[in-house]
Amino acid sequence: MSDTTIPETSRKDWMSDQEVRWCPGCGDYSILAAVQLALPDMGVRREEVVFVSGIGCAARFPYYMNTYGMHSIHGRAPAIATGLAMARPDLHVFVVSGDGDALSIGGNHLIHALRRNVNLTILLFNNQIYGLTKGQYSPTSETGKVTKSTPFGSIEKPFNPVSVALGAEASFVARTHDMDRNHMMDTIKRAHDHQGASIVEIYQNCNVFNDGAFGQITAKSARDEMLIDLRHGEPILFGADRQRGVVLDGGGVRLAEVADVGMDAVLVHDETRPDPSIAFMLSRIATGPHEPTPVGVFRAVGRDEYGSRVNQQLAAAQEQRGPGDLHDLLRSGATWEVA
Amino acid sequence: MSDTSTQPTGERTESIDRVIIRFAGDSGDGMQLTGDRFTSASAMFGNDLATLPDFPAEIRAPAGTIAGVSAFQVHISDHDITTPGDAPDVLVAMNPAALRSDLHRLKGNGSVILNIDAFTDRNLDKAGYAADPREDGSLDAYKVYEVPMTEMTKKAVEHLGVKPRDAERSKNFFALGLVSWMYTRPAEHTLEWIQQKFGKDQQVADANVAAFKAGHAFGETAELFDHAYEVKPAEKVPGTYTNITGNVALAWGLIAASQLADMPLFLGSYPITPASDILHELSKHKNFGVRTLQAEDEIAGVGSAIGAAYGGHLAITTTSGPGVALKGEAIGLAVSLELPLVVVDIQRGGPSTGLPTKTEASDLLMAMYGRHGESPMPIVAASTPAGCFDAAIEACRIALKYRTPVFLLSDGYLANGAEPWKLPDVDSLPDIATTFATEPNGTNDAGTPVHHPYERDADTLARSWALPGTPGLEHRIGGLEKADKTGNVSYDPANHELMTHLRQAKLEGIAKDIPDAVLEGDADADLVVVGWGSTWGAISGGVDRVRAAGHKIARIHLTHLHPFPQNLGELLSGFDRALVPELNLGQLSKVLRAEFLIDAKTVSKVRGLPFTAVEIESAILDTLGVAQNGAAK
Repeated sequence: MSDTTIPETSRKDWMSDQEVRWCPGCGDYSILAAVQLALPDMGVRREEVVFVSGIGCAARFPYYMNTYGMHSIHGRAPAIATGLAMARPDLHVFVVSGDGDALSIGGNHLIHALRRNVNLTILLFNNQIYGLTKGQYSPTSETGKVTKSTPFGSIEKPFNPVSVALGAEASFVARTHDMDRNHMMDTIKRAHDHQGASIVEIYQNCNVFNDGAFGQITAKSARDEMLIDLRHGEPILFGADRQRGVVLDGGGVRLAEVADVGMDAVLVHDETRPDPSIAFMLSRIATGPHEPTPVGVFRAVGRDEYGSRVNQQLAAAQEQRGPGDLHDLLRSGATWEVA
Repeated sequence: MSDTSTQPTGERTESIDRVIIRFAGDSGDGMQLTGDRFTSASAMFGNDLATLPDFPAEIRAPAGTIAGVSAFQVHISDHDITTPGDAPDVLVAMNPAALRSDLHRLKGNGSVILNIDAFTDRNLDKAGYAADPREDGSLDAYKVYEVPMTEMTKKAVEHLGVKPRDAERSKNFFALGLVSWMYTRPAEHTLEWIQQKFGKDQQVADANVAAFKAGHAFGETAELFDHAYEVKPAEKVPGTYTNITGNVALAWGLIAASQLADMPLFLGSYPITPASDILHELSKHKNFGVRTLQAEDEIAGVGSAIGAAYGGHLAITTTSGPGVALKGEAIGLAVSLELPLVVVDIQRGGPSTGLPTKTEASDLLMAMYGRHGESPMPIVAASTPAGCFDAAIEACRIALKYRTPVFLLSDGYLANGAEPWKLPDVDSLPDIATTFATEPNGTNDAGTPVHHPYERDADTLARSWALPGTPGLEHRIGGLEKADKTGNVSYDPANHELMTHLRQAKLEGIAKDIPDAVLEGDADADLVVVGWGSTWGAISGGVDRVRAAGHKIARIHLTHLHPFPQNLGELLSGFDRALVPELNLGQLSKVLRAEFLIDAKTVSKVRGLPFTAVEIESAILDTLGVAQNGAAK
């Protein structure tokens, strides 16, 4: 690695020789393309990139990337990636997960990776369904959802992944969707650039078991009125004529017509607020993908990255006590000689 | 058991060859500390020793009750010993509950030292005594020393201005001073240690010193004790010694392995009794480049270790039985990924939460078979506290050389037990370094040179290991069955069968690379005692006794349990029967029967305590006694 220039790459360089085997029409194809197209702009070498996944349709992702990768076990990718990132701060570690993998069986690992702020880029493909096991409800499925395991409708309240991540005080939280390649690429690049744990919820269509789950907000014709694009430093506006906006009101946020409240009342988005409360309020605007829904970066704050703090402690210990000497260690307790 | 020597070494000092002392009191009385300091002083004096901390799972059970009794047993000797001893010679009981719970352990005519200040009506009642045992004749078979420890401690520290309530806390040091005098332990080491340990609060340090000296002086001057006993230093192999517990030895063994392999050490762990001390110990040694992660749960403990292993670190996860159960799926992943990983199981009583602070060795079959699918894993078991050091290095060696997760079994008794350890010469430790792939070892369908992660070394069957960061060797591994050589996902029936056999063959091949089993004792005996793990000491003692009585008996002690040493079958075939003492219901027996079709008889103990030498002796004699061919001579 003496050559410091990063080789120019194109999408093809990031594609493995393995045949991609998702269902035809699956949203995962467009996410894979967005990642492979974004990587050449991230300033990284192929050999320094590792994709770690758990189990689920999304978890096949590493096999399709011409990088290092591990397809592990259900829910554990954030834990495995934590060990890898601690051991090897020189690597760029991505975690690819789904709503069941990240928020059900692996929920504990996800929140703790975010809390510790391990240097990971976590891509959470949310299709609100179990696909690989053929159509059971997931922790993000809407209440009332009829599936094979909920023939009378789900009676559970779903998780909002962005709210969960903000609740864990993740330092970078964003949302994008599989119908907008450029938005995906921009969001994933920003997530990768972030020092510490970043999580991107990607609304992903499962055309076999939950087709059209996000259609009401992600269809081209719907986006203007249904997607609220969060841009740092700008008033939060949406609508074909940017005629609607988000305003702070009575300890919460609500949607309003700009004409009614005036532009000055519209909330200016600040992703760097140390307190995650307003970002959390923004994450609560939509109760599901059938109402105007914010996308983009909710939160991006600087915070000590875990692996570098680990290494600082190691370096400090070596400075204070010198590099470890095994002979001395064995004699560090009380010793005596037998002649 | 403590034979009185005929050589008095001084006017009032009587020389004995060994003594077993049990300190027992309330959980809050500091008995573990007292026992530990007495052990340390004895080690410095040059005695051989073995210890058994015996404490309740509850941090603080109600004071004064039987449930709250915490004890520490130490066996000191002027010759090599192997167990914490059978029946104690001396019981120090700090309250009635300690007396009631532990008196039955004491040998006949043993000594009882009582803190009579604790023998109040209320405490007697809490301990379940209907009448004061000092007055109802129940102690007549023992030498009883009644000492007002609390009051004398209070008086001793009065001049320091210590509040009476705080003064009482020093009474364990009074007891330590008293017993130190009785067994002529040098005081300097303990006094220095008190200053070091409590130096931050000088008043507390002074109070403990005053209490210790008062206890020592009491022993010396009171009419109560007419003899001081001396246990002379043991004759040991020349060298530098330290006193070490199993968990610290194991942690140091892992650090040593990291240096010997020239790979950074990574520990992913979740706190659990009795394994946590390894996490604590390794967390201290960051200057050795040791990274420790206290993970969010057991699964993340092993998961993070697998991630670190993938990144090229020597990766460890430490736990006890319940944690192994949780880690099972991830350990199976490591088997499939064929990555080096050491899973340390400090066994305790089960099932479920079981007996967290009590020892048992009942996870052998879980280590061997406790994963789904055909998921073979090597198993290494430590036999002694100090032996945990070598066992840790050996487990790491196998893991690295064969790219496999390895189980390292210890137990609560080894973990907390201490013994003198002759320190090894660091330069004599084995080189366990491994090699990583740096160049492509295959080509893909397009003819491009690539890395095939499941190309194997012809001799060891270890797969080729390329670390992330190596240009041109990008590859993917995973838990799905992979095609031979390329590692690509494969559902091909013949390939799965091939890979299943390859993983098994790799495991079995390790037998060529481990030491032969050693037969000790009488090769022409009819009966062989086969043991593993922490039963080593008790079996040694038991076999020695049987042989000393003129009977023929052989023994084999196993460190490698999967695979077994190559010569084990042949060794066993030389005997009519095998006796297998285990702290479980017969797990090794079952495997020996299955592997070698031998008549293996189990000697079982599941009382949360190690075997004693006497129990092993009696089991052997029982077996010899029922023999039809007159093996007993």
